Amino acid sequence: MDCVATGGNVKVLAKAVHSLSRIGEDLYLEPLDDGLTLRTVNSSRSAFACFLLSPLFFQKFHVSHGRGFRCKMPIKSVQAVFRSLSSLERTVEKCHIELNSEKSRLTFTLHCKHGLLKTHNLSFQDCESLQAVFDKERCANVLQAQPRLLVDTVLHFPPSLEEVKASVTADRLLLKNHVENDADQAKAMRTELCLSSEEFLHFSVSAPTSITFCLKELRVSDGVLVFAESTDLPVSMHFDEPGSPVVLSVTDSVLEANFVLATLSEDSHCNHDNGHKKRPRTPPPADDFMCDDMDSYLIAMETSEMAGPSSRTEPRSSSEREQEEEQRPHSKKFCSFFFGSVLPTSSQTANQTLQNQDVLASDSEDEQ
Amino acid sequence: MWCELLQVNFFDEYQMEGLSPEANEICLEVAPENISRALKTAQNAKAVKVKLTKKHCPCLTLSAELPSLSSISRVVTHDIPVEVIPRRLWHEFKEPTVPDFDVSIYLPPLKTMKNVVDRMKNLSNILVLEANLGGEMNLKIETDLVSVTTHFKDLGNPPWGDSASQSRSQSWDPEAMAHARVDVRKLQQFLIGQQINPSKAMCNIVHNRIVHLILLQEDMSLQYFIPAVA
Repeated sequence: MDCVATGGNVKVLAKAVHSLSRIGEDLYLEPLDDGLTLRTVNSSRSAFACFLLSPLFFQKFHVSHGRGFRCKMPIKSVQAVFRSLSSLERTVEKCHIELNSEKSRLTFTLHCKHGLLKTHNLSFQDCESLQAVFDKERCANVLQAQPRLLVDTVLHFPPSLEEVKASVTADRLLLKNHVENDADQAKAMRTELCLSSEEFLHFSVSAPTSITFCLKELRVSDGVLVFAESTDLPVSMHFDEPGSPVVLSVTDSVLEANFVLATLSEDSHCNHDNGHKKRPRTPPPADDFMCDDMDSYLIAMETSEMAGPSSRTEPRSSSEREQEEEQRPHSKKFCSFFFGSVLPTSSQTANQTLQNQDVLASDSEDEQ
Repeated sequence: MWCELLQVNFFDEYQMEGLSPEANEICLEVAPENISRALKTAQNAKAVKVKLTKKHCPCLTLSAELPSLSSISRVVTHDIPVEVIPRRLWHEFKEPTVPDFDVSIYLPPLKTMKNVVDRMKNLSNILVLEANLGGEMNLKIETDLVSVTTHFKDLGNPPWGDSASQSRSQSWDPEAMAHARVDVRKLQQFLIGQQINPSKAMCNIVHNRIVHLILLQEDMSLQYFIPAVA
């Protein structure tokens, strides 16, 4: 693979990398005919992000055919190439990314002013193809807004806020912080923000619904929001019923960024009729249902080939577990978007899950 | 710290019903960071309403109408949990009386004071605040290695007139410095919080006992008591 980005696009590329770095620790890079994809997933598998940079984004884009090359590398090393966004703009004229297959290195060369060349040779690992299964087009609800609106909205919620519940009706979007822990119920401050549909560029709701998802990836990261704001592109939000992932996407003619977040599913809503596409995972035994380490808020990993070393540390990711096991959720939990085989869950006693979910149950019942 | 806000200067509408006509007060305990955060988000609001409500627990519900991109305002509502303090404990929350001080002096510009105290904090945990009735105030720190004193002059002394609290200061030698050793962080906390420009800022010192800081504005008063340390 061999591609060159020039001018302002180098900064966009850098921003994409920084945006991804807020979510996951590894950058999965795969050049396709459609363009260069940069993807990552967070450790709890509840957030996934993918940037697709079309060939038109690049001055030169050459992908060797044959066995598709793909790799992953620690995102910090790629960030090191693109450090200091402001100086990038001023000094870097072009960025050349080239695969050196003999040495197994991906070479990033920054051509800067005054003939200065900065070359970074990054080693990479082979890996499976990381792809979340989601279909924006089939989502029942689509909202689109200027990024400023979402940034302003997020500001109303405390920085420590994990989950937010978004409820839509035909003409309103209501955002509330989601308090699930019994102990916190009494003490927690509740915030609710109501936005009228008129503030959006596009507001199409097929039926009133509420979804709950983790705000952390949007803001601790400010991944998608900051990216959108800096590129001044509208952000669209695609979602369905609870349990279905919510997709935030930013698109222009040469790039497409999708941030896919898992949403809390409800018992009755957890439908599996999308076949292999959706597999709920029963959460492993744990006290804090909402803690990030928990697999309850999960994206099932459906990977085409599971290479041993590239899979994450969870024992479940071993390749023989690719079969989907029908694990009916006992009650609510976060269904997520899936990358692949549903990792079979460790057995979770019904009691435990019910206990955890009791907490959730009371919340969702309260909402209108 | 004791702060009083005259409601008439802040609110267009104010309705309150206390415990009973004789005890027409309500006493609530609330986490300040919650209110602070709620108010911050309402900074640009067109209007803010504060109500005492009962949700999952007693709450101060703050709702703000915010400017929006459309004709319909954005409304943000914060439910801040509060604890209602029972009548029998109200006596614990009365305005502290002005202590019988030895010296009362106007403070130097708070910003200047803050700069000085910030730097002193790096050197020592204890700061000596002293002042006399001749309008002079010193901030001092002393460690094994270094001692630093900042002198302020011509600050002026507020005229308290004849009242019981004057008895001590009347017998105080005008040239003598009344001083108190205080924890520098407490003084710093007071100075950090100052976002307002008070019309009057003064300091009463009870020698070796208390530093009593008072900020006055036309619609608000704020008092801060720092006990002296040994």
